[in-house]
Amino acid sequence: MKTFVTRRVVIRLLWVLGFGVAGLVVYAWRSALPPADPPSADSFNADTIRRGAQLAALGDCATCHTAPDGETFAGGRPLATPFGTIYSTNITPDLTTGIGRWSLAAFERAMREGVDRQGAHLYPAFPYDHFTLLDDADGAALYAFIMTRQPVHAQTPDNHLPFPLNMRFLVAGWKLLFFHEGPYQPDAAHNLEWNRGAYLANGIGHCGACHTPRNSFGAEIRTRQFAGGEAEGWHAYAINSDSQSHAAWNAEALHAFLSRGWHEQHGDAHGPMAPVSQSLAAAADSDVQAIATYVAAEMGNPKHDKPAADPPNNDTGAAIYTAACANCHDGTRPLPFGGIKLTLSTAATGETPTNLINVILIGLHPPEGTAGAIMPGFASTLTDGQLESLLSYIRANFGARPPWTGVESSVREARSRVSD
Amino acid sequence: MIELKVNGRSYEVSADPDTPLLYVLRDDLQLNAAKFGCGLGQCGACTVLVDGAPTLSCVTPIMLLEGRQITTVEGLGSREDPGPLQRAFIEEQAAQCGYCIPGMMMRAQALLQRNPRATDAEIRAQLEPNLCRCGTHMRILRAVRRAATLMAGPASSPGTAVTPAAAGPQLDTPDTETGAQGDARSRPAYSERRERPER
Repeated sequence: MKTFVTRRVVIRLLWVLGFGVAGLVVYAWRSALPPADPPSADSFNADTIRRGAQLAALGDCATCHTAPDGETFAGGRPLATPFGTIYSTNITPDLTTGIGRWSLAAFERAMREGVDRQGAHLYPAFPYDHFTLLDDADGAALYAFIMTRQPVHAQTPDNHLPFPLNMRFLVAGWKLLFFHEGPYQPDAAHNLEWNRGAYLANGIGHCGACHTPRNSFGAEIRTRQFAGGEAEGWHAYAINSDSQSHAAWNAEALHAFLSRGWHEQHGDAHGPMAPVSQSLAAAADSDVQAIATYVAAEMGNPKHDKPAADPPNNDTGAAIYTAACANCHDGTRPLPFGGIKLTLSTAATGETPTNLINVILIGLHPPEGTAGAIMPGFASTLTDGQLESLLSYIRANFGARPPWTGVESSVREARSRVSD
Repeated sequence: MIELKVNGRSYEVSADPDTPLLYVLRDDLQLNAAKFGCGLGQCGACTVLVDGAPTLSCVTPIMLLEGRQITTVEGLGSREDPGPLQRAFIEEQAAQCGYCIPGMMMRAQALLQRNPRATDAEIRAQLEPNLCRCGTHMRILRAVRRAATLMAGPASSPGTAVTPAAAGPQLDTPDTETGAQGDARSRPAYSERRERPER
């Protein structure tokens, strides 16, 4: 009897599940768009292509869509997500491995709805939850720029995603729950510049992809926009009123930081932010200015944690700081070639020790051929214990904040990444 | 007193614990291979190995180095019996002014110890932090490739049995045969030689 009931329940559940899956499959079904003949370069106007180049710089498309040592936009860069590894696709106009056969309609559908030309749902590692804001003119300009790049024949490697996440129709369910499709809606409470900045920062710029925390389904938590997130083993600082920056940001400082990669009161862009500021140097200055205006307004006047009481005695940390760090960080050379005073460093005041650990271990190395701050890494010299002493010294004496928790495990994690 | 292990030998050092290793090597131990370039950890001329990893000795205080194995160019071989990396640099005449060369050599040594079959791209990436203002990069690359062959190949020059595992003299123990760890004070450091080696 009992077995019979259980069996009936199981069968019913299977029916429900079956219908659910079938329903989702039907819901998820999107038609393929017909392959188009590749547009010729002279079918686009030069100004449109130039505008597209500026938008691609704002979106920093090249960083994700280029493999290490690979051809620009030819894809193949592995993106580690909590769910598995996703490879960026080839977005050059190559006819077989790229998007050479994509019409403008197919391109816009991918950008705004996260569906590729063949009708498959794209994983939200491609931030169409931001690109959906893109207006028609900008979509067409970006298309013109991409379709006039050099085609590169490069097959995108298969993603490493476990079952059932490798079934793309499930992404339709994710979209149903978390994706808000639609163009930018101007906010009448703010001026034109702010609205322009919001459109760019939340659209093509996709700042929130790193700076907004995500839920366990990998979706940005919209109520906590810009409250700080994670990116490739780095903490993306809060860029709203939760900002822990010692000196308050304003539009001018943000503009300088975003377009040249450093600011004397805030230090320099490192980790995954370094290529972003490098890319923004090629964007339209008025666009970067608008983003700076918008983000500065979002930050307002940040509230700070209560400062810690007198820093605890930490001879080891103090000695290491004096011997290894002070020469640059208490020197007289200005940024970006001298070190920032650590009283100004958000790495010392930040929510987690992650970025400070990363910088101490690997240092700062400007990408080949570019000017920028250089700092030697200390991974080979500092033991974990010495590093922890140094971290607590910097936190207490320069960050003037209560000690971080979980420093030991953060150090262990960072070490394992550094030795990879 | 801090005890430093350099090229397999132990030294009692009375310098302040916050003294950069480079100063102790040059001023107290008379190991003059590592050079003072920028003093800020940005040029690589002071590179030595700490437990096999390339380390900028100008920004590394000795208090961090108790019990660690430090290796300098003097530890790679002697004037009389240069190690494979040294031989390769001599044979390729890789030095012009020579100031960056000890740093280049130590960083290359770290790579070849870890991976004697390093590719050209790996060698370039490894040496990228080290600056050379003469522009002898192509010779340096050739020298490192030659050293890799000397270390890895059975066809190394006669008389010097270099096994892949050895990859150069045993760095962490005194090499009594070559005298590579001999009294550093009594002989000029390898890199201080002015005369050109015989061709």
